[in-house]
Amino acid sequence: MQTNYSNRRVVVTGLGVVAPNGVGLHAFSEAVKTGTSGIRFFPELEDLRFSCQIGGMPQISEELKRNYFTDLQLKNFNSSGILYGVIAGMDAWKHAGLNTNKDKPDFDAGTIFGVGTLGVDKYRESIHLIDAGKTRRLGSTSVQQTMSSGVSAYLGGMLGLGNIVTSNSSACTTGTEAIALAYERIKTGKAQCILAGSTSDGGPYVWAGFDAMRILPHGFNEDPKKGSQPLSANASGFVPGCGAGALVLESLESAESRGATIYAEIIGAAINSGGQRSGGSMTAPNPIAVQRCITEALQNAGISGKNVDAINGHLTATTKDAEEIENWSRALGREGSDFPFINSLKGMTGHCLSASGSIEAVATVLQLHENFLFPNINCEEIHPDILKVIDAESIPRMRKNIVVNTIAKASFGFGDVNACLIFKKKI
Amino acid sequence: MTEKEIYTKLENIIKDYLPEDVSKENINPDSDLTKELNINSSHLVDIVLDVEDVFNIALSNDDMEQLRTVKDAVRIIQAKKQT
Repeated sequence: MQTNYSNRRVVVTGLGVVAPNGVGLHAFSEAVKTGTSGIRFFPELEDLRFSCQIGGMPQISEELKRNYFTDLQLKNFNSSGILYGVIAGMDAWKHAGLNTNKDKPDFDAGTIFGVGTLGVDKYRESIHLIDAGKTRRLGSTSVQQTMSSGVSAYLGGMLGLGNIVTSNSSACTTGTEAIALAYERIKTGKAQCILAGSTSDGGPYVWAGFDAMRILPHGFNEDPKKGSQPLSANASGFVPGCGAGALVLESLESAESRGATIYAEIIGAAINSGGQRSGGSMTAPNPIAVQRCITEALQNAGISGKNVDAINGHLTATTKDAEEIENWSRALGREGSDFPFINSLKGMTGHCLSASGSIEAVATVLQLHENFLFPNINCEEIHPDILKVIDAESIPRMRKNIVVNTIAKASFGFGDVNACLIFKKKI
Repeated sequence: MTEKEIYTKLENIIKDYLPEDVSKENINPDSDLTKELNINSSHLVDIVLDVEDVFNIALSNDDMEQLRTVKDAVRIIQAKKQT
């Protein structure tokens, strides 16, 4: 007899995060609640003559590294994406109260841990050796530190995962997509538990391409904490960031059977692409596809736009913010004072690229579990085009300590790709 | 450089590559690096690079193929240092 798993419920039982404004769940939670920015000035970027010399990068001590990696693993280790991803992933696993499998793999548990670019600094180191004719000096770990699936491979080995172990990649949608893919896999009965998340390398070699595109702000090198201004009239580009976020997704039965704390439920998800048609391009989203992605997520969750209490937007602090608001408004069928609350974490973290969706999903779950909405910082004056669509009251500039039951979280990325998740407070 | 000096330096290199459940005390001249000390075979290339740096010699692919035990390594290093 075939079991029908299509109604299987999926819950979040663990969180881990390595963000520019907080490493570890506690520090991150405090920073998010207090609206603390993690954006800094980087002298290295000044030396390299970047226009934008500010960014968001988690600060990790050598001592902290040793809590997660052996001395042997740290030998010749130079992959910040793996570093962030492993810390966030292992933290989430521990937070969920799960054990590592010492002897044999757990075939019901896997990881979908996305990346944008991985191991760029290791690659650079290798390229210098290769060009000097010293390929044999690369050592044994240059492949595992630079392959796109490096982070899932490290985590899979550390945790003894025997289900899917993979890394998805869809630019700035990556983190949200990873969670959506994990949700679907558990919902359809192909896994009990998935460590879902994403990571992004940071630093000059990752951020340079964006600087060259002139889409980063250049006027805040002396005032970095003010540089990232989502939703603001003065938004002048996104501040590049990096880090990792991780969520343990689990079937409700599995979570209940082991008495795990449930931090939220995921009730719906959707992933699509605008096909780089109808106004969409490599770098701009097709608005029809964005709206469709949101409405499909709502349909998948079995709710309507009026059931959404709050939105955690993509909102990078570019001129596209107003278009995003328009898309949310149309998709939810709500405008003016009827529009739900909306916030963007990027004012505090910058745009953590492939890590943004998962870091922001961690913040979203914290909001549901701990009854607050974090403030939109650096948004003294809301962009006038946004105020044509929604009321200023929808954009909290101070933390709101309120119970929120349903939050929609979406991310949009280069390649005209979209993903949307519907999180619900578990009562 | 005496055989003992080589051995001591070599032991120091090898210990970094031992798995967590194998200690430095398990290293002896006859230990097979991968089969007995359970060193991941991919790390043999790292051991060779460290040996090259510490002893200031260059090892060939043939040298590496002959490398099974700690004693093999000592012999290969000694031969290189004499030439």
